[in-house]
Amino acid sequence: MLQEDQELDARGLNCPLPILRTKKAISLLNSGQVLKIVATDPGAVKDFEAFSKQTQNSLLEHAEIDGEFIFFIQKA
Amino acid sequence: MDEKKLAIIATKGTLDWGYPPFILASTAAALGYSVEIFFTFYGLQLLKKDLSHLRVSPLGNPAMPMPVPMPTLMMVLPGMEGLATSMMKSKMKAKGVASLDELRGLCLEAEVRMIACQMTVDLFEFDTADFIGGIELGGAAAFFEFAGESDVTLFI
Repeated sequence: MLQEDQELDARGLNCPLPILRTKKAISLLNSGQVLKIVATDPGAVKDFEAFSKQTQNSLLEHAEIDGEFIFFIQKA
Repeated sequence: MDEKKLAIIATKGTLDWGYPPFILASTAAALGYSVEIFFTFYGLQLLKKDLSHLRVSPLGNPAMPMPVPMPTLMMVLPGMEGLATSMMKSKMKAKGVASLDELRGLCLEAEVRMIACQMTVDLFEFDTADFIGGIELGGAAAFFEFAGESDVTLFI
């Protein structure tokens, strides 16, 4: 798996909090750095794809492990 | 690329209907939209500093899920509204849904512009001192100034 520069724990949070926290965390990164997000909201999968498309921050990888959703987003 | 714009009219002042304007506004802001919400009629309740007075009522809302089926007539009994409100609040907390106050705070942090409708503020004799800071007052024309150049406009 990818190496992240920062990790965001979004477990237990529901829409739209995972996206809002991600936006905030990404704003603190430098261009090219990678944020790892761990979420438990199944709706997050579609939302993170949409977030990435609309903000130009690339969704490098996502996976589901033991009911948790892991996303790696690289800041544009 | 020009910044996208979202204009929302918020007209409802119940605990449940307070959510859509703030969820959509905060999310759009996170996606890079410039956002404005025009609060009118009962939607003005959403601007009060203290939001703990917002309630949800099972009365006249047959779609509201209840733990046990209840005849409509029971919804008018004293305490039913309070019961429904506390049930919804505890359910939201258990499911990790943000409080309205938190979502509104995130909107303000993201510089969502909030406009209170002057006519309905006067009509219902709202005291603007009860509102959170940073609220502008305006009328329908003020709404269209922004909505006219928006990509998305919603009436909630």
